[in-house]
Amino acid sequence: MAKNEESTVVEASKIDARIPAGPLAEKWSNYKAHQKLVNPSNKRRLDVIVVGTGLAGASAAASMAEMGFNVKSFCIQDSPRRAHSIAAQGGINAAKNYQNDGDSVYRLFYDTIKGGDYRAREANVYRLAEVSSGIIDQCVAQGVPFAREYGGLLDNRSFGGAQVSRTFYAKGQTGQQLLLGAYSALSRQVGKGAVKLYSRYEMLDVVVIDGRARGIIARNLVSGKIERFFAHAVVVGSGGYGNAFFLSTNAMTSNASAAIQMYKKGAYFANPAYAQIHPTCVPVHGESQSKLTLMSESLRNDGRIWTPKRKEDAEAIRAGKLKAADLKEEDRDYYLERRYPAFGNLVPRDVASRAAKERCDAGFGVGNTGLAVYLDFSAAIERLGEDLVRARYGNLFQMYEKIVDENPYKTPMMIYPAIHYTMGGIWVDYELQTSVKGLFCIGEANFSDHGANRLGASALMQGLADGYFVLPYTIQNYLADQIQVPRMSTELPEFEQAEKDVNDKIKKLLSIQGKKSVDSLHRELGLIMWDFVGMGRNKAGLEIALEKIKEVRKEFWSNVYIPGKQDDMNNELEKALRVADFIEIGDLMARDALQREESCGGHFREEYQTPEGEALRNDEEFSFASCWKFNGDGVDPILLKEALDYEFIHRQQRNYKA
Amino acid sequence: MEKIINVTLKVWRQAGPKASGKFETYKLDNVSTDSSFLEMMDVLNEKLIGERKEPIAFDHDCREGICGMCSMFINGHPHGPDGEITTCQLHMRAFKDGETITIEPWRSAAFPVIKDLMVSRGAFDEIIQAGGFVSVNTGGVPDGNAIAIGKDIADEAMDAATCIGCGACAAACKNGSAMLFVAAKVSQLALLPQGKVEAAHRAKVMVAKMDELGFGNCTNTGACEAECPKNVSISHIARLNREFLSAKFRD
Ligand SMILES: Cc1cc2nc3c(=O)[nH]c(=O)nc-3n(C[C@H](O)[C@H](O)[C@H](O)COP(=O)(O)OP(=O)(O)OC[C@H]3O[C@@H](n4cnc5c(N)ncnc54)[C@H](O)[C@@H]3O)c2cc1C
Ligand code: SF4
Ligand code: FES
Repeated sequence: MAKNEESTVVEASKIDARIPAGPLAEKWSNYKAHQKLVNPSNKRRLDVIVVGTGLAGASAAASMAEMGFNVKSFCIQDSPRRAHSIAAQGGINAAKNYQNDGDSVYRLFYDTIKGGDYRAREANVYRLAEVSSGIIDQCVAQGVPFAREYGGLLDNRSFGGAQVSRTFYAKGQTGQQLLLGAYSALSRQVGKGAVKLYSRYEMLDVVVIDGRARGIIARNLVSGKIERFFAHAVVVGSGGYGNAFFLSTNAMTSNASAAIQMYKKGAYFANPAYAQIHPTCVPVHGESQSKLTLMSESLRNDGRIWTPKRKEDAEAIRAGKLKAADLKEEDRDYYLERRYPAFGNLVPRDVASRAAKERCDAGFGVGNTGLAVYLDFSAAIERLGEDLVRARYGNLFQMYEKIVDENPYKTPMMIYPAIHYTMGGIWVDYELQTSVKGLFCIGEANFSDHGANRLGASALMQGLADGYFVLPYTIQNYLADQIQVPRMSTELPEFEQAEKDVNDKIKKLLSIQGKKSVDSLHRELGLIMWDFVGMGRNKAGLEIALEKIKEVRKEFWSNVYIPGKQDDMNNELEKALRVADFIEIGDLMARDALQREESCGGHFREEYQTPEGEALRNDEEFSFASCWKFNGDGVDPILLKEALDYEFIHRQQRNYKA
Repeated sequence: MEKIINVTLKVWRQAGPKASGKFETYKLDNVSTDSSFLEMMDVLNEKLIGERKEPIAFDHDCREGICGMCSMFINGHPHGPDGEITTCQLHMRAFKDGETITIEPWRSAAFPVIKDLMVSRGAFDEIIQAGGFVSVNTGGVPDGNAIAIGKDIADEAMDAATCIGCGACAAACKNGSAMLFVAAKVSQLALLPQGKVEAAHRAKVMVAKMDELGFGNCTNTGACEAECPKNVSISHIARLNREFLSAKFRD
């Protein structure tokens, strides 16, 4: 540990993930057999706050309420049913082996670890694979209309990174159907009075009393009023932080704020640099672009990706003087097939994304911005016929046409990579508890299961695993010791102080009355992130990013303009509070990427690659989860390391050549 | 191909639930026809912010037609003039250069305005809370393949389940009825064996809740189906009526 000492303060104290002893396959059952439980009459005396109603939050809130706890559930949207999970398209993995193709808990575990480029914790991932089957059963029982075969049994499809068909789906709307299932379970508990719902509320701080999370401060987004809420434990399932890039496939209100609040209250932020960039998104059309739409990865099964071979042709296309279809076969560069003959268009997400960026940066991009490549179905249509292509991809083609106004049956689609998912997040131990007692973190907001890269259809699995089957157990091990703790008054000084801090921050923001809109500053940050902390990272670039983020922070806190008042519905104020935290996470991402002098999964440092341009891991020095500890505003955070010991799996270099 | 157009926007502005609202007129030049309707609204808001005025409040989140958050009544249609899409999927190419576009919030007794174009649809949540679920707890359920379900039935349930809870049906209905929304859920769960057990009871309590919350009666005008961005069919209303009647008989 010599190289990065100059820039990063490293603390040697040991991080304990509290993983149960014993053989991998027995850890979870052993844990459950020995953990503490709370008896039914005591459950009624315990309050739990759950922030977030995505797959993770809704399933956790519903399950705990069914068990008998008093639950308070918070979300930003006007209804819990609208959480960002609703947008997931492709599917959810589970080791059911319904297709009899050799799947097993171990294989799902192995694929997930390998997909994460050996940067996840074995015990957590094994548990995830173990509980995956139960998720499908649960959802079916709730009435989730999964796709079925003619014989009436559940259908599966295959997804990247696996040799088996283990992905369950509901048309192209799997996230929607799973979330509506969890939402209905949650609604049932609301109807029974076991869950109190706070929609259009945004958590603005965690309240910690004597080292334990005891509540939150939240803003009623309709009235603007700041309110205090007590609970014996706080669970946060607030989603990912991809919107630090301004443009992403995440929903508009997806944010990093809840995570940053936890971080500032003592929860470690782990692996912030690990973010996933998805290669097939509809490209940016112009300056007013507000978000990006994902086109399913499955398109790469039949589409061929190319750019013009000659720069003149690319320029002519950008100027609208030449059409893609007019370009002769020999004038097209099928660059993935050229560079990766074995995998061709089906290389993994990170590889495909980087290759597209490389072509566009070199001046071969198409579309009016030059930041797009073609995804061409003409060969597939010739080979399979238009009808079969329509049967496979019809809904995606239609969605594309609605956005771009071009017919992909006639002219190639245009695609470009976009940030899509963040593997990093709040550090949690085996019990999903953060480094603050009584504060738990679930779903995309935590860092636990995907290592440096997430496989398709695994985020939905993790969110529901955490919420239905893991947290409702592990939280009891904590709550069992809290039964003597009476409900606390929200008049306590800690609540008072937390509310005051929030109020001061809002007053400060509103008083700046500068010249720049919140969105324009967010865009500035996004561009820095995209250029320097995106697909290809290097030392010099990351150092520039850190400097530039500093400037954006300064500009934001001195020149932002927020119209309106505090005690009113005020969207600009909401956005400003989120952007302030995106700046902080942007800084953490760049710091973490700089510190990690290796390439792994979605984290690609240009200095560390094989001669063929593949990610080059350094297990010797970087086999750890980086855990960032807040050290005060304006002070560099401290890096702690959780060593990742691979007891059960032998690590290998990922290989897509052969 | 991308074009640049100028539009005039007549937008409903209302400071709060109790305030009286009125239309304000804004001119917006140089709008790209490739931008979405909400991106056009973003540009207008940036302009207002630049002029130190309060931007227009409106609901939106996913911006890809699935969360059901966006909800604008554009030129007399919920989600605008184009069929089968939500407001966020509407693009400016649907409008002509020089066109005047009228934008209002959902107007329905059960959806009070919160601010400008934003309404409260909490009533939909309450209807689901009343009975829009299968009564199972987490854990202890049978294997997912224990009950075979015909593909056609699963597909029909899926079509009903596609409802995004946007409220366009109620906003389009002259009676302000939420029948299509309620029917979509009742029908989805009644079709599947898991939900069949409680089907009649579910229909009864959800309809009772709907009535209680101030939604109007369904007189089969079909406006809901025509405006539903997800093509939810009114045939589901027929299934709801059957379940409702069977509950009545049992009472
Ligand atoms: C377009 C798209 C497609 C995807 N497709 C797939 C797929 O096919 N398969 C797959 O496995 N994964 C997929 N993913 C990833 C997956 O959808 C997400 O990782 C997952 O749904 C996250 O769930 P969550 O419950 O952790 O958080 P979310 O669903 O993001 O929910 C966050 C919740 O927290 C609330 N919240 C946030 N901050 C606050 C606050 N401060 N106060 C109060 N509430 C707050 C929000 O209101 C919301 O309710 C996809 C992602 C995208 C963007
Ligand atoms: S039935 Fe259609 S219009 Fe009504 S809420 Fe559902 S999706 Fe919206
Ligand atoms: S913003 Fe989600 S459906 Fe329009």
